[in-house]
Amino acid sequence: MAATPLKNRHVLGWLMAMPLSVVLLAFLFAPIVMIAVVSFWGATEFSIYPAFQFDNYEFLFGSPVTYKVFGATLKYALITWALTLAIGFTVAYFLAFHVRSLTIQIALFLICTIPFWTSNIIRMISWIPFLGRNGIANQTLISWGVIDEPLEWLLYSDFSVILAFVHLYTLFMVVPIFNTMMRIDKSLLEAARDNGASGFQTLVHVILPLTKPGIMIGTIFVVTLVMGDFITVRFMSGSQRANVGRLISNDIALLQYPSAAATAVVLLCTVLIVIAILLRFVNIRKEL
Amino acid sequence: MAKPKVGYTRRSLLKAGGAAVAATTLPAPMLWAQDTKDIVLRQFGTGVSNLNDVARKVKEDLGFTLEMTALDSDSVTQRAATQPDSFDIADIEYWICKKVWPTGNLQAMDVSKIANYDKIVGIFKSGKLTPESEIAQGTAPHTVGFIPEPGAKTFADEQTNWMTLIPTIYNADTLGIRPDLIGRPIESWTELLNPEFKGKASILDISSIGIMDMAMVCEAMGEIQYGDKGNMTRDEIDKTMAIFTEAKQNGQFRAFWKTFDESVNLMASGEVVIQSMWSPAITAVKSRGIPCVYQPLKEGYRSWGGGIGLSSSLSGMELDAAYDYINWYLSGWVGGYLMRQGYYSAVPETSKDFMSENEWGYWFEGKEATDVITSPTGDKLAEAGEVRDGGSFYDRMGSVACWNAVMDENQYMVRKWNEFIAA
Repeated sequence: MAATPLKNRHVLGWLMAMPLSVVLLAFLFAPIVMIAVVSFWGATEFSIYPAFQFDNYEFLFGSPVTYKVFGATLKYALITWALTLAIGFTVAYFLAFHVRSLTIQIALFLICTIPFWTSNIIRMISWIPFLGRNGIANQTLISWGVIDEPLEWLLYSDFSVILAFVHLYTLFMVVPIFNTMMRIDKSLLEAARDNGASGFQTLVHVILPLTKPGIMIGTIFVVTLVMGDFITVRFMSGSQRANVGRLISNDIALLQYPSAAATAVVLLCTVLIVIAILLRFVNIRKEL
Repeated sequence: MAKPKVGYTRRSLLKAGGAAVAATTLPAPMLWAQDTKDIVLRQFGTGVSNLNDVARKVKEDLGFTLEMTALDSDSVTQRAATQPDSFDIADIEYWICKKVWPTGNLQAMDVSKIANYDKIVGIFKSGKLTPESEIAQGTAPHTVGFIPEPGAKTFADEQTNWMTLIPTIYNADTLGIRPDLIGRPIESWTELLNPEFKGKASILDISSIGIMDMAMVCEAMGEIQYGDKGNMTRDEIDKTMAIFTEAKQNGQFRAFWKTFDESVNLMASGEVVIQSMWSPAITAVKSRGIPCVYQPLKEGYRSWGGGIGLSSSLSGMELDAAYDYINWYLSGWVGGYLMRQGYYSAVPETSKDFMSENEWGYWFEGKEATDVITSPTGDKLAEAGEVRDGGSFYDRMGSVACWNAVMDENQYMVRKWNEFIAA
């Protein structure tokens, strides 16, 4: 093989692209096609059978609960996005522009990743004893005299769900924004200052536009993670709230695979539409 | 963990050696000691009876290795239905059996090989605890306990020689309460939806069991008259869900739980003061020194039973080992262990030998404890003079109102349940 030089550059190119294409076809494309196919199948109590029927979609779109749950999922995504963006942008700004020494920058950045040394689930569950009716938060507030009765909404509520989301996913916002900020040519900031821009004006007119691709990448991370999550919602709401992921996981638990597949297809489309809209605003290609 | 198959079966050897006489005197298959140590049986089931102590004792008494996996009820069903090669022994509930049996993933057991079959309580055979008992609603164990012949996918109406599950463990469930936080007597299932406990109640998020708790509540409230709680019509399901959805939206529930540990934590932390609960969860809360009562209610209990089923892929020496295991299971040690946690053994009389007179009196006969009662792991559960909540075995199992069930309209119920959780 090696002895015969490949004259056709195209063949070589195809060969080099082959491994990745095969991996993507086998592990990304094929499973998605399978999910789409199964979503038209029928299910009995304990088995699924091939068919081409729209029952699963009919039930899905016919149930008011579906719309509510999709609404709740988008709500979680939107609120989490806004909060992680605000926190993530601030942290990244501080790291990129306030900390001058590269060593300290790296050190602080590594500190941000410390929570990732434990599992996602553990970080989430540690909130439960903290926020509970007789938890540390309530006991502290009562002992300070701020409240008389324990606050019920601290745990098993939308509040606790979003708190956990923000806690878990802010770093996914920090990293890409920080990365983009570090690439901003510092002379641009000096030019802005020389032209008489205030700090705030520099932020809004120079840094923000230049950071957009990073924000967009972070947004895609956070939005897809939140929209695909089910375990955080289950634990932090004590099973009281639902998002689409939980709908799917309930179906799977009850052996209703086709129905789960149909929900998954709709969720996938929703997420793709959201991302398509986002990409209309910012071209992230120059970041990659 | 596949182990190499030996090229002969025990039976062919016995025949060849003319030792058939010995086999008839020992109904339980006895294995060749040198081979047993290599045998590994993989058992999975719900947390209640998948105990490491059992695996340890099996190794000690029978010589082979039992690997245990504990899962929640839904995952157990899923695994039994979809991954038949991932287990040798399924420790499942009777309602799960109803769902899973038609897949053909389990094989029926030859009753004549079960030494203590005659001593198994009536609930699992004729369905009657005592000859006068009335059979409760729902998926009663005897209705899915037998099949007409090996390989059949439907159940037999009466006892046959082929059993689907060998009953191992069962109990009568009711609501658990925190008497210290409630401070008044609780007597009826209706209390679960009493606005007094707004934000402090919970039920379990396992549809087949949760729907029965719901039905007990709705019937007790007089809101719905069920034809058969264990086999509701669509209309009955809709009405039941409507009542609970309204309660949920009014903030009646603090949380729903899915696993044993979650129910313990909800109760122990005081997040919840009244909820559906399982007996050992009460035990677990009590052993932390927190008062918790398994409150008998006037409408009766919701009962459940579990048993051991054999994977259809079991054969040869492993199958013999599994029969050994089953016979050992019913011979008393496990029964005693489980009864000291508050469950019942399918063969209570063999368990008696493994319990002290005080323990037997407290757990089974409903007598006052004459001394401190401790759990198998050594935690103190009751003082001398205390009586078990609900009384004796016959008092408790005699007032079962319904069994955990799978209904004809199960798929509809499951979708409604999903909506309820999402509502």
